[in-house]
Amino acid sequence: MEFTRTEAPYLTPSVNVAGMMLQVLLALVPAALAHMWYFGPGILFNLVVAAVFCVAGEALMMHARGRDPMLALADYSALVTAALLAFAVPSLTPWWVTATGALFGVVVAKHLYGGIGFNLFNPAMAGYVVILVAFPLQMNLWVAPSMGDIDYISLSIAQTLVYTLTGNLPDTLTFDAVSRATPLDAMQTGLRDLQTYAEIRANPIMGDFGGRGWEWIGNFVAVGGFWLLIRKIIRWQIPTGVFLGLLVPAGIMYLADPSTHASPGFHLFSGATILCAFFIATDPVSAATSPKGRFLYGLGIGFLTFVMRRWGAYADGVAFAVLLMNMATPAIDYFTRPHIVGHPRGRRNQ
Amino acid sequence: MSAPTYDLGKLHGGIRLESGKSAATRNSIQKMPLPAQLIIPITQHVGDPAHSIVTIGERVLKGQLIAEPGGSLSAPVHASSSGKVVAIEPWPVSRRYGANAPCIVIECDGEDRAIEPAVTQAAYDMLSADELLARILQGGIVGLGGAVFPTAQKLMQALTCDLKYLLLNGVECEPYISCDDMLMREYAREVLGGARILMHALQLDVCYIVVESDKPLALQSLGEQLAELGDKRIVLKQVPTIYPSGGEDQLVQLVTNLEVPSGGLPTDVGCLVQNVGTASAIYDWIVHGKPLLSRVTTVTGDGVVNPMNVEARIGTLVGDIIRFAGGYTESAQQLIIGGPMTGKSMSTDLVPLVKASNCILVLSRAPSIGAKSPCIRCGDCAAVCPVQLLPQQLYWYSCADDEKKLRLHGLTDCIECGCCDLVCPSHIPLTAEFRVAKARIQEQADEKARAERARSRFEARNERIESEQRARDAELEQQRATAKRIGPAEIAAILQRKQQQQDKD
Repeated sequence: MEFTRTEAPYLTPSVNVAGMMLQVLLALVPAALAHMWYFGPGILFNLVVAAVFCVAGEALMMHARGRDPMLALADYSALVTAALLAFAVPSLTPWWVTATGALFGVVVAKHLYGGIGFNLFNPAMAGYVVILVAFPLQMNLWVAPSMGDIDYISLSIAQTLVYTLTGNLPDTLTFDAVSRATPLDAMQTGLRDLQTYAEIRANPIMGDFGGRGWEWIGNFVAVGGFWLLIRKIIRWQIPTGVFLGLLVPAGIMYLADPSTHASPGFHLFSGATILCAFFIATDPVSAATSPKGRFLYGLGIGFLTFVMRRWGAYADGVAFAVLLMNMATPAIDYFTRPHIVGHPRGRRNQ
Repeated sequence: MSAPTYDLGKLHGGIRLESGKSAATRNSIQKMPLPAQLIIPITQHVGDPAHSIVTIGERVLKGQLIAEPGGSLSAPVHASSSGKVVAIEPWPVSRRYGANAPCIVIECDGEDRAIEPAVTQAAYDMLSADELLARILQGGIVGLGGAVFPTAQKLMQALTCDLKYLLLNGVECEPYISCDDMLMREYAREVLGGARILMHALQLDVCYIVVESDKPLALQSLGEQLAELGDKRIVLKQVPTIYPSGGEDQLVQLVTNLEVPSGGLPTDVGCLVQNVGTASAIYDWIVHGKPLLSRVTTVTGDGVVNPMNVEARIGTLVGDIIRFAGGYTESAQQLIIGGPMTGKSMSTDLVPLVKASNCILVLSRAPSIGAKSPCIRCGDCAAVCPVQLLPQQLYWYSCADDEKKLRLHGLTDCIECGCCDLVCPSHIPLTAEFRVAKARIQEQADEKARAERARSRFEARNERIESEQRARDAELEQQRATAKRIGPAEIAAILQRKQQQQDKD
C-alpha cells in the first residue's frame, strides 16, 4: 500500500483568512445599523459603491499580475477595506468620490505593493486620505444626526440615492440646510475661535460625550470590537495602545486647562476613535507584528490622533495617524523583538 | 499516596490540542506475538553508527549482541528473538532524514530462546556510577521519547555537570500518542525503579516525575506504587495539558522556571531529563538483565480498525503491527511514525519498529498540500511559539533568504514543534519552511568552512612554492659564488668527475 507523504505537522489549522475577514465584517453590522439610524441610509449606498470598486479593483489587479482573481477575492479582504472606507466617508458621498478612494486603496496601496500581506499602508486609510485631500468639499458634508434637532431635515432613501449617483440635492434643499459641522469640526473651529470648551459643548450636536449619534455608533463599534477580541481575531495590544495614546495626553491637557481642551470622553466617543482602535489600526498586515510592538504602534496612533485633532488642519487625525505609524512599523518591529527563550535576558540578540 | 503537585514555571504559548488518545487507551497493552521475520536496523540512535558483528547464516539467540557501538556516542543492538541471520541489507526505515539504512534480517525460529546473561546480577546500589553507566551502555538503552540519544552517554555528560534535579518525562503532549501513559499505568513499579537507579548513578536526591493532567490513571498508578515504595525523594508533578510542554527544554522551564540556554542542554541548568519509558528500560536491564528488545507503541488514528497500545519486538514490521491491530480502515490515507505534530510520514508500511517508534498513526484524511495564501502577519504564530520566536518574521526573512536576519530572529532556536502551522490562517507550512531554512544556513556555514579550508590550503601551497623557489635561488646563488671563487679549471674537473659518475651508473 502506498501512502501519501507530507511534512509534519499533519493536523490542519481550523482557521483561515476568509473566516477572520468574515468575522470582522460581521462585527461591523451593529455599528452599520446604528449609523443608518442616525445618519440615514447613505452608508449602505457607500458600502455598495466601495464594495463594487474594491472587488473590481482587486480582480483587475490580480488579473494584471497574472494570478487567479478568485484567490484574492475568496479571502474577503477587499470587502473589509470597502466596509472601513464606507464608515470613513460621510453618509452623503457621491459615488465617484467613494470609488476613487476604493480604487486607490486596493490598486495602489494594496496591489502595487504586492497584494495582501505585502502592503505597507492600510488600504482603506490610504484611499480615504486621497479623497479627503482631493474632494475636500464632499468629504466635509456630514448630514446632521437625527433626533432632537428642531430644524432637522432628513433626506428620503430616494433622495439619498440620487445624491450618491449624481451629487445633486433636491432643488428645494441646499447643502447648508442638510449638513452640520461634525462635533470634531465644531470643537476644532470653536477652540480656534477662542471659545471655551464649555461654550462649544453647549451646542446640541455635542451630545453627552462625543456628539449626538456618534457616541452611540461608537458604542456599537465597541460591541463588535469586543466580540473580535473574545474570538481572538484581534488582540488587546493595539486597541489598548490607541486608547491610552489618545486619552492619557487628552486627560492631562484637560486637567491642566479644561477651558481650551476637550475632555477625554469627547475624544473617545467622537470621530473614528473606537472604529480605529478595534477595526482600522488592527489591520494585521500594516500594523507592527510583535506583541510589544503592537502596543507601541497603537500608542503612536492614539497620540498622533490627539495632536492632529488639537493642532492639525483636519478635524480628525485618525487616518493620518494610522498611515504615519504604518511607516514606522518596520522600525518598531526591529526594536521590539521579544526575548527568545534561552537567550540572556536584557541583552538584545545581535 | 502522595498527591501530585502543581508549582510551575511559566511556559510561553503552546496550544491545547484535541488529544485523540482515548481510542487507544481503552484496553491494556497488548503483547504482539513473535513475527516470522525481524528487520533490525543496525543503528537506532543518534550519534556514531554501530557495526554489525554477525554474519549471514549465523544463528542468534534472543538478547544476543548483534551490533556493537561504533564510536564514543553510540549504542549496541541486540537480537530481539532467536533465529537465523538471513540478510544484512538496506531497508526503508522511519528516520527523520534519509531513506534506507542497513538492517540485520533475522528469520525467527519461533523458540525465542534467550542467551545466558553474561553478567551475574548484582544489586545496583552496590555498583559505582561508572559501573552502572557501563552496564547501561551494554543494554543498548537509548532515549525512548523519540530522540534516541544513547542514555549512557547522556548520563556521562550529566555527571560532569552540577546537577540538581532528575526529571522523568511522562508528559507525552502530542495528540494520539499514549504509550507512555499506558506504560506508567501498567509498569509504574519499573518506572519508579528506573528513577531510583538513575538517582543512584547520578547521586541525586530530587526526582520529579512529570505527568500531564489528562493522564489521571497514570498518576494514580504511580502514586500508589510510590506510596508502597515510600521513597520521599521522588515527587509526582502534574502539568497542564498543553502542547508542547513535553519537549525537553520546555519541561525544564515548566517545572523549574529555568531557561535552558540557547544551544545548551538541560544539564546547564542542573536538570537531567529522561523519558519514563527509558527509566523502565533501565530498570529491566539493570535489575532483570533484560536488554531493550521490545517497546510499547501506540497504534492509532482513524485509519486503524482497533486502535491500541502494542508491546512489540524491535524489528517487527509496522505493517504487521497494524494488521495485529485489526488492519487499515478503507479510508486510510497517510501513515505516520511518531505523533501528528513531529512524526515522519512514510510511503510504505514495510518499515521496522525501532527503539524510537512511539506511535504508528494512520490518518484517513487526505493531507492538504499547496493551499497556502500570503501571510497576513496576524501574529497568532508568535502567540503560540513556546520559544517566543516571531514565526511571521522568520517566514518573511526565510522567503528573502536573509541569513543574518534569520539568525537575529532565532531561527536556530526553533524546536520545530509545529504549533505555528496549526494556528496559521493562511495555512503556511511554517515548520517545514524553517527546517529547510535551517538546512540552508547549515549548508552555507559548511560551504564557508570548506572555502576557508581551501583558501588556507591554497595559501600554504603558495607559501611552500615560494620557499622552495627561495631555496633554489639561494642554492644557485651559492653555486655561482663557488664557481666565481674556484675558477674555470676546477669547474672543468668537477664536470668531468660528474660525467664519469654518470657513465659508471
